[in-house]
Amino acid sequence: MDVRVANVRKEFDRFPALHDVSLDIRSGELIALLGPSGSGKTTLLRLIAGLETPTRGAIYFGDEDASHRTIQERNVGFVFQHYALFRHMTVADNIGFGLKVRPGATRPPKVEIRKRARELLDLVQLSGLEDRYPAQLSGGQRQRVALARAMAIEPKVLLLDEPFGALDAQVRRELRRWLRDIHDATGHTTVFVTHDQEEALELADRVVVMSQGRIEQVGTADEVYDTPNSPFVYGFIGDSSSVPVKIEAGQVWIDERPIGLSVPAASNGDATLYFRPHDVELLDGCSGCIAGTVVASRRVAGTRRVELEFGGHQQRVEIELPVEHPAAQKSRVAFRPRRWKIFPQEA
Amino acid sequence: MADFVSTASLHAEKNRATATTESRATRWVLLALAFGFIALFLLLPLILVFAEALKRGVGPYLEALGDSDTLSAIRLTLLVAAISVPLNLIFGIAAAWAIAKFEFKGKAFLITLIDLPFSVSPVISGLVYVLLFGSSSLLGPWLKSYGIEILFAVPGIVLATVFVTFPFVARELIPLMQEQGTGDEEAALSLGANGWQAFWYVTLPNIKWGLLYGVLLCNARAMGEFGAVSVVSGHIRGLTNTMPLHVEILYNEYNAVAAFAVASLLAGLALVTLVLKTILEIHYGHAIAGSRGH
Ligand SMILES: Nc1ncnc2c1ncn2[C@@H]1O[C@H](COP(=O)(O)OP(=O)(O)OP(=O)(O)O)[C@@H](O)[C@H]1O
Ligand SMILES: [Mg+2]
Repeated sequence: MDVRVANVRKEFDRFPALHDVSLDIRSGELIALLGPSGSGKTTLLRLIAGLETPTRGAIYFGDEDASHRTIQERNVGFVFQHYALFRHMTVADNIGFGLKVRPGATRPPKVEIRKRARELLDLVQLSGLEDRYPAQLSGGQRQRVALARAMAIEPKVLLLDEPFGALDAQVRRELRRWLRDIHDATGHTTVFVTHDQEEALELADRVVVMSQGRIEQVGTADEVYDTPNSPFVYGFIGDSSSVPVKIEAGQVWIDERPIGLSVPAASNGDATLYFRPHDVELLDGCSGCIAGTVVASRRVAGTRRVELEFGGHQQRVEIELPVEHPAAQKSRVAFRPRRWKIFPQEA
Repeated sequence: MADFVSTASLHAEKNRATATTESRATRWVLLALAFGFIALFLLLPLILVFAEALKRGVGPYLEALGDSDTLSAIRLTLLVAAISVPLNLIFGIAAAWAIAKFEFKGKAFLITLIDLPFSVSPVISGLVYVLLFGSSSLLGPWLKSYGIEILFAVPGIVLATVFVTFPFVARELIPLMQEQGTGDEEAALSLGANGWQAFWYVTLPNIKWGLLYGVLLCNARAMGEFGAVSVVSGHIRGLTNTMPLHVEILYNEYNAVAAFAVASLLAGLALVTLVLKTILEIHYGHAIAGSRGH
């Protein structure tokens, strides 16, 4: 089922939580909503589910305007951040709930519901736990029951709000892989919210980067990582370093010296240069480069991060060096970003 | 009050015990004061009620209870409770639902209104009904022309009782429902349940012990209410006398055995309520947590 969010605006008591958001979600896609806290991820997810109504704009399921359909009519599976399992029901009853409340004609018989619950428990690898209560499960198990419960109604779209938010790193990684497998096996259109970029980049077909109620960029993991389209995305996804620069005559300048990067299309004026700390080329001689003194250095896993001080205004920038690089305190290092982007200075 | 026993609060308890600096003597004095007070003002009267009622033996006690006016007082009390408790059950759930699960203007005002019967003397509550339905009011004579009697009749007693008891269920449920939030209901709706199913299968089981607790208190008050009912009842023997009113009449007639016999029933009700309440608090304290205003 394709889902199309068309120019949706959502206000809570005048406060705009989403401004004019548009998004096309393709059928069968696994898509991640990624953004800092308060950026409107949950709000967007709840709008798609029908738990909120848009202030303006519309949401289409297929070709149909679903904006005014109730959540029941939309047939979405929603997994809540804190699971929201029914604590007085067993695992099997939780999973069977969506089938039990169906109107008479479409409601399967009890044995059928129970059988379906057992199948879903197998799918989420929790066979044998059907008679437990939610309080008797671990966090990861609860999470999986919540997912099984949402899938029991055979939803057209599966929506997950920070599905692994409350779990420790180890379990998160396991469940991540497992969710991908389930998605591939069932083919649901799936949207999940996360503020963990690693999770989004690893798991999703496409990532939607959000900030302050707006969508900043939509793309595959490679696209948003390699070609961020705004300073925000550069800063938010992966590590980035930035340096204030000047653009003149199609060249990038720092302190009246060109640094060997040309920008034929950019207009003159102040700008900011962004690049990844590891995506730099170290140079020996310096005719057109950024050269600075090492002022701090720390070991990060397989590499070394150094902070360079350069220019007349003691600006600092962070780059990554191979561990075996002889750069010691106070030594001079010259480099040029290999992949980079210029954004004009914001007013 | 017995509250919510979690590990956190147990820890707090422990810390407090070691952190308090009162000497043993102070503690003993405080405990003795508390227990002495309870014995003097609660236990002793309770024992006296039963002692007085059974002073002439079981025969006269049962005879007093078998009196036709007494029986009709018991019937009326049960009837009033049977009407006002369900009414307040429905009202309490509706009000708590609205307050806990929706945002609307005038919420604080509604909460204040629910508390009104707690802060107003019951006699005044009764007088309000006299003003509303009395012979010099607008409504009273108009209703009377249709043959409907409110004041000095059963409807008036029910109204007054409903008024004084309506905070009980609502007050019990509001903090409980606020704490539980709307997550479970949203989950039920997202799974295709309609509003009624979400309420029946999800909300109600989540609040059932708190609800029972509220109903218990509501019932105890409904059966025991004196002030408001006294104003609107008219004290017609065999017709508009509830048990508490009947006790007063018997007592004023120097019929001590009968008066205390009926009083012993009310005291018995209080004891049963207390026991049930304690059982609920012990076993389901975590499920009826929340602030207690009474
Ligand atoms: N019911 C509400 N009433 C008022 N404001 C709200 C409501 N829900 C969300 N907001 C506001 O809308 C903005 C977006 O909230 P939202 O919950 O969508 O953020 P989020 O991206 O999911 O954040 P998080 O990662 O912390 O969950 C926030 O500023 C929040 O305060
Ligand atoms: Mg959120």
